Amino acid sequence: MFAKLLLYLQYPFVQYALIVGTLIALCSSLLGVTLVLKRFSFIGDGLSHVAFGAMAAASVLRLSDSMALVLPVTVLCAVLLLRAGQNTRIQGDASIAILSVGALAIGYLLMHLYPVSSNVSGDVCSTLFGSTSILTLTRGEVWACVILSVLSIAAFALFYHKIFAVTFDESFARATGTDARLYNLVIAVMIAVMIVLAMNLVGSLLISALVIFPALSAMRLFRSFRAVTICSACLSVCCTLCGMLTAVAASTPVGATIVAVDMAAFALFCAAGALRDA
Amino acid sequence: MAQLTCQDLSLGYEGREILGHLSFSVQAGDYLCIVGENGSGKTTLMKTILGLHAPLRGQIITGDGLKQNEIGYLPQQTPVQRDFPASVREIVLSGCQGRCGLRPFYTRAEKRLAADNMEKLGLSPLAGRCYRELSGGQQQRVLLARALCATQKLLLLDEPVSGLDPKVTAELYQLIADLNARDGITVIMISHDISAALRYASHILHIGDRVFFGARDEYPKSGLFRPKGA
Repeated sequence: MFAKLLLYLQYPFVQYALIVGTLIALCSSLLGVTLVLKRFSFIGDGLSHVAFGAMAAASVLRLSDSMALVLPVTVLCAVLLLRAGQNTRIQGDASIAILSVGALAIGYLLMHLYPVSSNVSGDVCSTLFGSTSILTLTRGEVWACVILSVLSIAAFALFYHKIFAVTFDESFARATGTDARLYNLVIAVMIAVMIVLAMNLVGSLLISALVIFPALSAMRLFRSFRAVTICSACLSVCCTLCGMLTAVAASTPVGATIVAVDMAAFALFCAAGALRDA
Repeated sequence: MAQLTCQDLSLGYEGREILGHLSFSVQAGDYLCIVGENGSGKTTLMKTILGLHAPLRGQIITGDGLKQNEIGYLPQQTPVQRDFPASVREIVLSGCQGRCGLRPFYTRAEKRLAADNMEKLGLSPLAGRCYRELSGGQQQRVLLARALCATQKLLLLDEPVSGLDPKVTAELYQLIADLNARDGITVIMISHDISAALRYASHILHIGDRVFFGARDEYPKSGLFRPKGA
């Protein structure tokens, strides 16, 4: 099995997948801490369904570069959702539900009405669960992915202290002159970019796992924001790499394998946290 | 000139007025307690002073060199904060965020300011500890230190002692009184605790159906003050 793995690693498409997977894991886990703490875990889920709908529309329109449509649509929805969420909690919840279910239904409907290939359920399945799309990336897609993730990571590093201030106490930040609205917008755009990227890796249904598991695991063990952020980034990258290598070696679906590894790590961290507190 | 002046202020949500025609002013070094029934608009008034909420009518004027973003704020705790993984140092330092503007990182002077404020409130031994593992009184001191990083002039406190035991309550009141007396920081505090308000405050603002604003000693004569058991 090890020899098989080494053989696979020599293929460029496997190398692309590993590079892109690592970057996506890094991006999603950085924002995960903020999303979990702001009680926005499900925004990731809602947005990924929107991205699914947009992806379906793009394939029906036979766009050669689906990201050109999917990215702006998802960014727009992220901004709208965060704005709604600011008014009251319940409204924010409901608008996420409406948007995500609606986009899912429309996306599936479009794919059925205007099938692009003969295997509609195969197409749907791979968009939802990302079965093999990570292994079929073109060179252009890899570059787009690398540039977008590097931009997201740089934005996170630059805005780190502001994101902390806005996450911990938004009214204090606003009262003392921080433009909380601007930084919420930055967070929303970064989430949207991350979702569109992560669709390739784990598919739209499993993105939330990539966002929340590393953050929640890190929160079991660490007690400062910086330590939690760093730990969840490292953990996410490790789990994703483990999951991808396992998937390649054992021919299991990539997305589901990664999420399974994330869950195992979460269980481990919970146990470690309980042991330490005991 | 007064540090903060509210002129004919009307407050409310979506056009529904909960408090009307309120005028008062706060001088540098004052200690103002805002008292009143639940739902009389105390927290709304505080949010309006902080600029988080627009008044329906009237205006708030800052003077005496006070800028709108130089008001330190001690909010009531939110559920998010109760399980927030952050160290004391990180939280206190975040009080300097308002000074940063677009600058992404804190300067050495800001880090020193945060360290000084932690020292002043006796938090230095706790600097590396996790906020959610502290006691209620310690958490309030952390938020107070953060507010001091944002201002040296005016502190707004929203029921700072709610949920604290009597001993810690007394300590926190003393700490606030010291900041007011020794450092000359103006204090505006929302409180349920009228006896403490009468002990520490220099001025009282009572809001509700009837409004009183004036020096502490005038308040018992206003007829709004009902001591317990009377």
